[in-house]
Amino acid sequence: MSSTLSDFERIKAISRQLRGTLAEGLRDPITNAISDDDNKLLKFHGSYQQDDRDLREERRRQKLEPAYAFMLRARLPSGVVTPAQWLVFDRLAREYANGTLRITTRQTFQWHGIIKRKLKPTIAAIHGALATTIAACGDVVRNVVSTANPVESEAHAQAYAWATQLSEELSPRTLAYHEIWLDGEPLVGEPKDEEPLYGATYLPRKFKIGLAIPPLNDVDVFSQDLGLIAIIEQGTLAGFNVAIGGGMGATHGDPSTYPRLASVIGFVVPEQLLAVAEAVVTVQRDWGNRSERKHARLKYTIDHRGLDVFKEEVERRTGFSLQPARDYHFDHNGDRYGWIEGADGRWHLTLQIESGRLADVGDHRGLTGLRELAKVHDGDFRLTCNQNVIIANVAAAQRERIDAIVAAHGLDRYRRDSGIRRHAVACVALPTCGLAMAESERYLPHILVRLEALLESHGLKDAPILLRLSGCPNGCSRPYLGEIALVGRGPGRYDLRLGADFRGQRLNRPFRENVDEEAILGALAPLFARYAAEREAGEHFGDFLHRVGVLVNETRHIDLEMLA
Amino acid sequence: MTTLDGQKYGRPKEGDVNALVATENQLPSQVHGERLSALERLVDDLGPADLYWIAAWSAARAERLQRGEAVATSAKVAGERLTILYGSQTGQARRVASQLSTNAENAGLSVRLVRADAYPQRELSRETHLLVVMSTQGDAEPPDDARGLVEFLLGKRAPKLPGLRYAVLGLGDSSYPDFCAIGRQLDARLAELGGTRFAPLGEADVDVDAVAAPWTVHALEQAKQVLGTASPTRVTTLQSVPSRAVHSRERPFAAPVLDNQSIVARDAGRDVRHVELSLEGSGLSYQPGDALGLWPRNPVALVEQWLAVLRLDGEQVVNHDGRSLSLRHWLAEERELTRLSRPLIAALADVSGDDDLKRLLRSDQSPALAALLADHQPIDLWRRHPGVWGAEELVAALRPLTPRLYSIASSQKAVGDEVHLAVAVVDYVAHGERHWGAASSFAARAGDDQRLPIYIEPNERFRLPQDHARDIIMIGPGTGVAPFRAFVQERREIAARGRNWLFFGNRQFTSEFLYQVEWQAALRDGSLHKLDLAFSRDGDAKVYVQHRMREQGRELYAWLDEGAHLYVCGDASRMAKDVHATLIDIAVAHGGKTPERAKQWLSDLLQQGRYARDVY
Repeated sequence: MSSTLSDFERIKAISRQLRGTLAEGLRDPITNAISDDDNKLLKFHGSYQQDDRDLREERRRQKLEPAYAFMLRARLPSGVVTPAQWLVFDRLAREYANGTLRITTRQTFQWHGIIKRKLKPTIAAIHGALATTIAACGDVVRNVVSTANPVESEAHAQAYAWATQLSEELSPRTLAYHEIWLDGEPLVGEPKDEEPLYGATYLPRKFKIGLAIPPLNDVDVFSQDLGLIAIIEQGTLAGFNVAIGGGMGATHGDPSTYPRLASVIGFVVPEQLLAVAEAVVTVQRDWGNRSERKHARLKYTIDHRGLDVFKEEVERRTGFSLQPARDYHFDHNGDRYGWIEGADGRWHLTLQIESGRLADVGDHRGLTGLRELAKVHDGDFRLTCNQNVIIANVAAAQRERIDAIVAAHGLDRYRRDSGIRRHAVACVALPTCGLAMAESERYLPHILVRLEALLESHGLKDAPILLRLSGCPNGCSRPYLGEIALVGRGPGRYDLRLGADFRGQRLNRPFRENVDEEAILGALAPLFARYAAEREAGEHFGDFLHRVGVLVNETRHIDLEMLA
Repeated sequence: MTTLDGQKYGRPKEGDVNALVATENQLPSQVHGERLSALERLVDDLGPADLYWIAAWSAARAERLQRGEAVATSAKVAGERLTILYGSQTGQARRVASQLSTNAENAGLSVRLVRADAYPQRELSRETHLLVVMSTQGDAEPPDDARGLVEFLLGKRAPKLPGLRYAVLGLGDSSYPDFCAIGRQLDARLAELGGTRFAPLGEADVDVDAVAAPWTVHALEQAKQVLGTASPTRVTTLQSVPSRAVHSRERPFAAPVLDNQSIVARDAGRDVRHVELSLEGSGLSYQPGDALGLWPRNPVALVEQWLAVLRLDGEQVVNHDGRSLSLRHWLAEERELTRLSRPLIAALADVSGDDDLKRLLRSDQSPALAALLADHQPIDLWRRHPGVWGAEELVAALRPLTPRLYSIASSQKAVGDEVHLAVAVVDYVAHGERHWGAASSFAARAGDDQRLPIYIEPNERFRLPQDHARDIIMIGPGTGVAPFRAFVQERREIAARGRNWLFFGNRQFTSEFLYQVEWQAALRDGSLHKLDLAFSRDGDAKVYVQHRMREQGRELYAWLDEGAHLYVCGDASRMAKDVHATLIDIAVAHGGKTPERAKQWLSDLLQQGRYARDVY
């Protein structure tokens, strides 16, 4: 390991708490881009500079710079959006972005295609809607996610409140955001003590926190740097099991990088939650690798230092010991489509949104449909980590009206769709994502049709199978937790990975590397045939592949004895 | 000392000039006859600065001869230098190349490290020692920053490289079928162009350093040996100077099309083409500011529309001016079809007996006539009067087709035997029908294998200052920016000390910022000092170049006051007038002049040639 700091660390260190030359770069009229260094800082403000990669080569020939535009991501703790906010976000999508809203796998919205001079008014409008984009990206604690429908009981509501408080406590404190985007008074000289938690250089890498409320693991709690499993006993929130060191990202061809499931290290009562979270964050801040960004996530810190050593340091900093982890059980990590009644008699409708993309295309007018819903809905909306949306807190009398709007805009496909389609997740990838090596979101509709045909030929149309598509190995769609996953290697070529479980507790493994569509379908066809013929009642596809020996048992998985 | 490639320019000291003048009457006996006329041709169109430079160069040479020193027959160019060229997508190739560069420097070599898209392609032919580090993306794609260079190297315009010694390190991912394809192609192509390898091709896989590290060591050892031994002296022979150009307006040169590329985005709504033509072998040369004359051919579709609307047979032979050609030929190549003229309207009024037209032609009807002339092409009138013309009458009534002039968008110092144009393609719908411009649509559809009949139209009134230390201000919205591309290229090549300030405008930033990446690069490399932009359809208010000039009025006036030259190119009907009026306002606001004096000041600038316009 080299001991020199990565360039990113230099940029953070001299950025004056994320200011850099962002304000100047935004004013530069010669280009729709900003400087490379400022781009790295911009992430902390919730935005990435991207370009339309479909046009990149064409524009190079045209002697035009790439079609630069910005992706902007909101920070919406637990994915809660009020109808008033929704209407603002929807307007921004149509006025400043590419006419779509994208629900991400971290329970928030992304806007794509915002050109530079529209970035500031967009962020200002989000702020005006009492939301923010700060720390939606960057080397900080990102949007805190939690089980999307925590309104079914009093204990759920408490758990959700803790998630929100975590998000607040761990937010950056820099005033740079106000200065740059909200016409705050510019700082003169060097900032003083703006970041008591993060310091001048923030974290070595992004840091994700997720809170799951069993039996739902819709947040994929073991994919989080810090995963919290709410323990509810006799209808009361007893506390949280603490899991650390989960993460999805890897690099093709580099075995020193890998996805890792979080390790459960103990249990804390609610009052200890903030202290333990802050300790995990600060130990990672101090111990994490700042030389090699691809080894900077918490999972590598833990594997390099040792889980026990890390846990001891956390306990030393908090001044208390973690209790032994308590029993929990997850049923699955998907969403429950359709209407569900909450404990208080209010209703919640989960709608399936393919790849989380709300747009108006043909009969599927998701963007307009949700706007119409926001106009009449008096509860709120919940975005899910599976890229779906919940119309939450609906009075029984309103259900019919909601259903009518849903049907009128083609949003009721969840009623009819195949099992695999209802469990498909895809990252954005081309044309906007700079990391994508292959198509993902745009490929999903095509590959789904072919997979459905294949499954149907084996009578498996309704079999719920987790499909996850990713344009690169970095893992936004949590591909390593898919029963079937395609991870992009190059145009039209993917690694086919198989055999995660249905609960987010076992990683999948490579089955075929760098193959095209025909090879993917060719590899799956005999497995589907066997699954149809030999599966046991209720047995999921990933579990089946392990039982019959198609895949040998994974070494990394969450201990099964933890299952109650 | 000064060198032949003109890096240092300037007047010699006073004493040197006097010494030269003194010797003028006793010319050395060997300069006469053919040598003298060759010399005269060489200096034929040079201005004072160039002539002084030659004088200084000769004097320095004479002095050394008198001292008995050997005079090198050529300037040493990049001969002793190692160029390390890289193309990188993920930064790996860049990292390897910059390590290579550091090692080479530590080994005492003179090194230049340059990214492929920053590499001036025309320097390639002068390169003697080259190391290339280049990755391959996906299925045999070059990295984005090297696409242009790879395309150039693999293409038909790549120069022969007999003097080149090189080595290539390819980076790739062996999980793809075409591993290190770009590295392999470049390695083979450089050999094909005449280069000599001094180290075999390296092919690094995902674990880059396993191959890159030993390759680097080996390549540097070889480079040291090659560069350490006396490298062959490059001899620059003077090119023979062509006598008067054999091609002219009347005898146009059929110039091969090298490139014909749209330079606006697909959603721009109208097309602008960047056209590159070869002048090789034509004997033609040009100066920045000159125009290119293009003899158009009318669009085939337009000729067919004419024949259909006029109900005439294209095969019919028409005798006119002692020539017998088919009507189709007359219309396609000999007659003006896209410009309406008053005489043509008069002729139509005669053959059709249209009283409205006759009334329109009376002098008191001029606004209506002007409107007709402005908005219509002949075909629009034929549609109202179909079938009134006989073939012979028609050919006689039409004006001969004339060449169109385009401001040249290149400097020969930068592009050699090429000439570049920026052509706004006239192609629009009016009166319910599609309309074309003759020359622009001719140029727009000219393919790679085609030749365009062209000549050079000098424009002595639109010249860069003789004094290279002068600042220049260039105002060129739309394709009016073309000559300023030539100006900036020229001033970069001659390393002019004066500053360059460009005002550019168009409708939309994202789709119509002509030559955007070139201006950005020019700002970075210091060959453009200021760039102000006005895009009329990006905001709520329409912003034009004159608004930007007004905003910058104080500084603009200061530049002019310090002797800057000002150039305007583009639309004459509105832009040039608005710019002119704005300049007067600026002189009033920032020069303390009365409006009258400001007008006088501006016309003085015009008189002095410090305010030049190329408007149309």
